[in-house]
Amino acid sequence: MNAKTDHLGPLFPRDCDWHPAAYTPGYKTSMTRAPQRPLVSLGSTLSEETGPAFGPSMIGTMDNNLVLNFTGQPAIGERIIMHGRVLDENGRGVPNVLVEMWQANAGGRYRHKKDGYLAPLDPNFGGCGRTLTAQDGSYEFLTIRPGAYPWPNHVNSWRPMHIHWSVFGSGFGQRLITQNYFEGDPLIPLCPIVNTIGQQAAIDVLVAPLDMNRAMPMNCLAYKFDIVLRGRRQSFFENRKEGL
Amino acid sequence: MVQRLEYLKETTSQTAGPYVHIGLTPNRLGIPGIYPVDLGLSPISDGAMGERITITGRVIDGQGMILRDALMETWQADAAGLYPVNDPRGAADPHVIGWARIAADFDSGIWRLDTIKPGRVPAPDGRLMAPHISVWLVARGVNLGLQTRIYFDDEEAANAACPVLGRIEMRDRVATLLAKRTAPGAYSFDIRLQGPDETVFFDV
Ligand SMILES: [Fe+3]
Repeated sequence: MNAKTDHLGPLFPRDCDWHPAAYTPGYKTSMTRAPQRPLVSLGSTLSEETGPAFGPSMIGTMDNNLVLNFTGQPAIGERIIMHGRVLDENGRGVPNVLVEMWQANAGGRYRHKKDGYLAPLDPNFGGCGRTLTAQDGSYEFLTIRPGAYPWPNHVNSWRPMHIHWSVFGSGFGQRLITQNYFEGDPLIPLCPIVNTIGQQAAIDVLVAPLDMNRAMPMNCLAYKFDIVLRGRRQSFFENRKEGL
Repeated sequence: MVQRLEYLKETTSQTAGPYVHIGLTPNRLGIPGIYPVDLGLSPISDGAMGERITITGRVIDGQGMILRDALMETWQADAAGLYPVNDPRGAADPHVIGWARIAADFDSGIWRLDTIKPGRVPAPDGRLMAPHISVWLVARGVNLGLQTRIYFDDEEAANAACPVLGRIEMRDRVATLLAKRTAPGAYSFDIRLQGPDETVFFDV
C-alpha cells in the first residue's frame, strides 16, 4: 500500500444534531430551501471516501494575503492574521487541504453587485483568499478584520463580524462550508444565522479567540480558528498486509 | 467512572450565504485579477475515455422559484469506475479529474456539466453501484451542504441492482435521482428542495 491510501477508510457518521437543522424559521430563507423529508442514511462509500486533490501549483504566492492580493496596494482596516489548523475528529492535522475564504471589507461591504449596503467599497480590497494546509494541517492568512453588516431578515438584523470558510478533506463526504466569528463580538448571540445552531457548544467552536502570541508587534493582531473535518475509521487490518 | 473518549467535534456548518461566489468563483462573478482562473471548470481534460455527456438542470425551491445563487460541486469516477484520487483499486484515467464546481447561471438559474459518463463503483459490500455523479449543493438558506447523486434513466439494469438506490424505501422517490435522457449524450436533472417531488438527499 502506498502512502496515499493511508487516508482511506469509512467516514465517521455525521452528528446531525450538532449542525444546524435544515429548517430554521429564525433564518427566513431556510423556510423555502430546506428539504423537509429526512435525509436517506447511506454511510460512506468510495464515492464519499475519495475526493479531489489540490496541489501547490494551483495556488499563487499572494493568494492568502487579502491586504495586497487585489491591487497590490494595501486595503484599509484592522490588519489581522487568521491562522489555525485543519484537523480531523481524531485530532490529526490534515495536510494539503484547500482552504478558501471570503469576507466583507472593514466597513462590512462585499464586492458583489447584490450588496447595496451604504458602506463604501475599498478599491484595494477584493475579498477572497485561498491556501493549502501544511504537513501539520496549519494554515495562515493576512487580512482585514471584516465589519458587521445589516441584512433583511428581521427589521434590525445584523451579521456579527465573520469570515466565510470552505474546506475540503480527503473525501468528498467531508466537504464543509462554515463561518468564523470573533471573540468578544456582542452581535454573535443576536444573529439569526448563528442561532440556527441548536447548542451553545456548537456555536463556541466557531468563535476565534484573540491570539496575542501570533500578533506581530507594530504590525497586526491575530485570531486563531481551528477547523475540524469528519474523521475516518483507521483500518489497520485492511492496510497492513503482514498482520499485527 | 470510565476513561474520557477523546474525539474532536466536526466544525459546525453555517450557510454559504448570498456571496459564496466571491470566494469560490470570483472570475465568473466579475472579480478578475485575484486568481488567474476559477477552480473546477471541468471534470475532464482532452482525451478522457468514455461517453461524452452534458447534464443541464435547475435547482428549485419550495415556492417553485429557480435558485440563481446555487453553487454545486460534483465528484465522479472515470469510465471504468475508478476514482482519480486515493482509489485503493488502482490508477484512473489520467484525463479524468473527477471534480467540478458549477455555478447556476446568474440570470436563468440553469447549470450545466460537461463530462463523461462514469462507470460502476463497488459499494462497501462489493455489489456494484449504478453509474452516478455525487453532488454537493450550497446556497443562501441552506444551513448544511446537501449531498445527492445524479443517476441516469437509461441505465435501467444497473439502477435496478444498485444497493444505494435500493435503500430508498419510498420507491417513487428513486425517480428524483434519475437524470432524464433528452437526446444522445444529453440529460436533464432538476433538483427540488421541497415539495411532492423533493429530491432525495443523503446523510453520507
Ligand atoms: Fe457574510
